[in-house]
Amino acid sequence: MNIIAASGKGGTGKTMIAANLAFAVSQHESVSLVDCDVEEPNLHLYFPGPVVSVPVKTLIPRIDTEICTFCGKCGEFCNYGALSILKNNVLFFREMCHSCGGCGIVCPEKAVTEEEYGIGTVEIRKPSTHLTLFSGVMNPGEVLAPPIIRRAKELGQSGLTICDAAPGISCPVIEACSDADFVLLVAEPTPFGLANLRQMTELVRLLEIPAGVVINRSFGRDAVIHEFCEKEQLPVFLTIPFSRGFAEVQNSGSLIAREFPEWEQKFLALYTRISAEVSR
Amino acid sequence: MKIAVVSGKGGTGKTTVSAALADLCQGSLILADCDVDAANFGIVFPAEDVVSVPYAGRDVVEIDSDVCIGCGKCEDVCRFSAVQVIGGAAFVHPLSCEGCGTCMLVCPVSAISRIKMVSGEIYTGTTEKGPLVSAELFAGSGNSGRMVHEVKRQAFSFAKSDNLIIDGPPGIGCPLMATIGGVDAVLMVTEPGVSAVHDLKRLVVVCKKMHIRMFAVINRFDLSNQQVREIEAYCQAENIPVAGKIPFDEHVVAAVSACMPVTRISCPASDELSRIRAFVSDSTKDS
Repeated sequence: MNIIAASGKGGTGKTMIAANLAFAVSQHESVSLVDCDVEEPNLHLYFPGPVVSVPVKTLIPRIDTEICTFCGKCGEFCNYGALSILKNNVLFFREMCHSCGGCGIVCPEKAVTEEEYGIGTVEIRKPSTHLTLFSGVMNPGEVLAPPIIRRAKELGQSGLTICDAAPGISCPVIEACSDADFVLLVAEPTPFGLANLRQMTELVRLLEIPAGVVINRSFGRDAVIHEFCEKEQLPVFLTIPFSRGFAEVQNSGSLIAREFPEWEQKFLALYTRISAEVSR
Repeated sequence: MKIAVVSGKGGTGKTTVSAALADLCQGSLILADCDVDAANFGIVFPAEDVVSVPYAGRDVVEIDSDVCIGCGKCEDVCRFSAVQVIGGAAFVHPLSCEGCGTCMLVCPVSAISRIKMVSGEIYTGTTEKGPLVSAELFAGSGNSGRMVHEVKRQAFSFAKSDNLIIDGPPGIGCPLMATIGGVDAVLMVTEPGVSAVHDLKRLVVVCKKMHIRMFAVINRFDLSNQQVREIEAYCQAENIPVAGKIPFDEHVVAAVSACMPVTRISCPASDELSRIRAFVSDSTKDS
């Protein structure tokens, strides 16, 4: 089973929910935890330990200017503007390249070969017997998040996988949600949180993945979220109150399920609810 | 003066800070929301007379099933697993398609063509503080970086000599880089937590690469004094001025719920935001 914690808005508590859920479940069974927020991965801060790093590479073209006739077909083909052909030189803008391989196919002289280029890593840690963490980490300055997410998910594939998605509703999130059995939408009970929950709901409906909601940082005034969830027939599984104490636990790199036994139980119950929804 | 409010980690208070700076601004002002995945600036400053223009910024391919012979060559070359032959004809998954057109190169019967997909809407409207350029990305449309670029381009064209405040996206990838290219300074909102500090450091790497002037703001600083000292030491080592430290203040929560800038309420957070605005404006005056 593949569970994804996601939200349109950043900072709603996706990482916190994924980490606590994985921690609670790993007291009883094996879990792979995958950090798909490769621009700003944070899960490892809550599960420090020795690391094994697997590089993530993408293919970029290398043009042999001895063979190249500067016909310009590759530049014309490239839909991302990554190749610019001058009179007797070819300029390649690596950050524009999407590694589609089309330039190699279109070249009539076979002057294009491909070489590997590192864009990030997947860091693997084993913080406890039943828990393995796979963190996708994009090198700062790079832009191609999806291949790193894909690799982290491949490596982290197991009987039970919990993924922490990047905020938003665009390509990194869609990549994280591919093959998902369930999306846990983390919502903040504010007008911002509601607006972004609405967008996320649209996305999971489009992707046809069942979803449920966790309300985080509640001040006990969550009516707007409940009304929306009722209308959309989204189950609300768990409400986590705002508490300075929780914020401190979180900010110092710990987990509420680790610090407070009753919260370990609540996250276990959350897992039971999700499993029941998925097998329905 | 063009300022982008960014953070790396989401939820550190970008919109709260952006809205406060906008509210405190006296002269003519342009607002832009570059978090097209989750645009919230317009919730604080509702716009009137909104002009909405569809944004067709995304290419995808289409396969004519009447022409397709189901040979599968397109599926073989597609690196995004976006094409699949099912029952003798190829189909495109528009969510996965990157519009590269490699499949078109190998199709023996020219069954594939490229179309522009509308991936969202760009809005321009008038708020009480000045024009607001924002956007809404449709759920499932990739490529928010290009759309951010378009929002910023329009905001810049409005903001020739005026002040511009951009509410930025989280992260350090394409939307962030599209946001900060060409601004005069970024205001990086962080908080004393392991995640926010880690993310700030990655953000600084990117801002440095792009040679952008940086200021830091520490939000909810009183939640952990230990980490505040760490952030301050880090900023000092990196030569990044800390423009201010905002206390945790329930008035901020109340202001967000009421959809208004916190600077309309007299409270400790609002006092500090006034000082932050003065600090940034004084520091940038002489340059």
